[in-house]
Amino acid sequence: MTAQAILRPGGVAAKAHPRRSRWVEHSILPGFGVSLGITLAYLGAIVVLPLIALAIRPWELGPEGVWHALAAPRVAAALKLSFGLSALAALLNAPLGMLIAWTLTRYEFLGKRILDALVDLPFALPTAVAGIALTAIYAPNGPLGSLAAKIGIKTAYSPLGIFIALVFIGLPFVVRSLQPVLQDLDREVEEAATTLGANSLQRAVMVILPALAPSLISGVSLAFARAVGEYGSVVFIAGNLPGKTEIAPLLIVIKLEQYDYAGAAAIGLAMVAISFGSLILINLLQLFLARRGKA
Amino acid sequence: MTSRAIDPDSLSRRNLIAAGGGLAAIAAAAPWLLGGRAEAQGKSLTLLNVSYDPTRELYKDINAAFANYWKGKTGQVLDIKQSHGGSGKQARAVIDGLQADVVTLALAGDIDEIAARAKLLPPNWQSRLPNNSTPYTSTILFLVRKGNPKGIRDWADLVKPGVGVITPNPKTSGGARWAYLAAYSYGLKLGGPAQAKAYMAKLFHNVPVLGAGARDATTTFAQRNIGDVLLSWENEAFLTLDEFGPNYDIVYPSSSILAEPPVALLDRNVDRHKTRVVATGYLNFLYSPLAQDIVGKHHYRPREKAAQAKYAASFKQIPMVTIDQAFGGWKKAQAAHFADGALFDQIYRPA
Repeated sequence: MTAQAILRPGGVAAKAHPRRSRWVEHSILPGFGVSLGITLAYLGAIVVLPLIALAIRPWELGPEGVWHALAAPRVAAALKLSFGLSALAALLNAPLGMLIAWTLTRYEFLGKRILDALVDLPFALPTAVAGIALTAIYAPNGPLGSLAAKIGIKTAYSPLGIFIALVFIGLPFVVRSLQPVLQDLDREVEEAATTLGANSLQRAVMVILPALAPSLISGVSLAFARAVGEYGSVVFIAGNLPGKTEIAPLLIVIKLEQYDYAGAAAIGLAMVAISFGSLILINLLQLFLARRGKA
Repeated sequence: MTSRAIDPDSLSRRNLIAAGGGLAAIAAAAPWLLGGRAEAQGKSLTLLNVSYDPTRELYKDINAAFANYWKGKTGQVLDIKQSHGGSGKQARAVIDGLQADVVTLALAGDIDEIAARAKLLPPNWQSRLPNNSTPYTSTILFLVRKGNPKGIRDWADLVKPGVGVITPNPKTSGGARWAYLAAYSYGLKLGGPAQAKAYMAKLFHNVPVLGAGARDATTTFAQRNIGDVLLSWENEAFLTLDEFGPNYDIVYPSSSILAEPPVALLDRNVDRHKTRVVATGYLNFLYSPLAQDIVGKHHYRPREKAAQAKYAASFKQIPMVTIDQAFGGWKKAQAAHFADGALFDQIYRPA
């Protein structure tokens, strides 16, 4: 990678194409039609079709019914809990994930490979297994839960327990997004910064962080998106009390158990809308950072 | 031709081969992905019983006994499959197309939903078999920690400050709905609906964790050591005793509810699978002395006299209200207590 690419973080994919040619001559590579056709058909069947079904279902209640379903205090509390805790967990994973990625790329030490593999564990573990394991540890009779209980902190069966589970499942997203970028980061740029008189703090904040920012943001947003929809691991540790520790995905399941398909779809649609909105915001932020990097 | 011109071509050809290989692998796996009843085409007959959570062990024994009985009677080899989960979830799976021949669920309300929504069986299904289509009954009782350190004897003790009560969420668990109604019928004795509602509010104030199903709640109570008393199915309580033996005591409250988990034939499905005869035979078999003995062995209360006499010692007789007397049937109970915004939701509404 050239130094030029690093000075333009996020602009990696932006090739110097004249703008107007985007629609006229697609590419010199053959097979554009077939590739695009398959892409559209596949995405349509796998992603768009189910989303359309989700979007249609709630309206059999009528607009008022949908509003009524979403405005119920219990639903509002669940949505707030899910999105609030997911955001907090993703934000905590940002600095810690960055530190882990840094440690794993910049230092050589015994057992590094094992640590590196450990990071993927929350990916690979079935969520129910993760939930049961976390609950066993953080329950009032578990090793960590009993310690916390001694100083008066309730871990499992409280919002804190949900937070712990969400941090757990979100961590690999942040680490794995940052690692390749850190690996490719040209040391010469840092050395140049040093020769120009930058101290280590300046190097970290003004040289490394801007280069990492786009992938950090995408890692954090992936962790956030995953946490919002997480069900399996959370229900075990949450306590599931309505209005207190009941997450939105659980409420969807509960609505389904009551044969309230439309109500469940309404919550699902609200979650998709909020998630989509946040992802767009995050993308805008990324775009803004990329532009600033180029300027 | 320059090598540059060939490159993308050969590359895409290699990719095509790889993609073709992937598709071929998926095509080969298609029968497995699609599941289905391919085996029903063979000589043996397949029957699917969709049931609720705690009946796993019961139906394992009954299925073996029935397969044996059916082979002796007709010569047909039976493959009886069973599926277990929360009663409401199972009913929903059947409504959504799970090809069950018979359902054996925790409460009549769930089978009513199958009749109303998927029209797989007539609305009067419950009158087609003896005893309200319930070949066995059960009840709700208390499981407490060894020696009963909190002195929990009856429903009134559950609302005392500092008592932790474990019960699953009545919205997702059939057993919890019976437990809720048993508690409510006690609450009614305190004066009337207002007193009962106040009692329920105090009771659920003492619930630190709401599990999704009966097994979930048992795990919370037995393995996580949370709470002082578990509101449990009678058979589940005995099962916990068998499993964790000396750590728990069973307490029978002064009154409880007669839980009637019903069974039913799904007419539209058995006609499609051509299994009506064997499915009918299966349900009738549940009332036979042999099956009733298995029922008693698994701590469900049998209907048949000989089995009742044999297991009488293990079941304490306590006054029990029925859903029809005390609540006017499942439809009314569902609307008054468990529907959206009904009493259970009101209990949890922040004041």
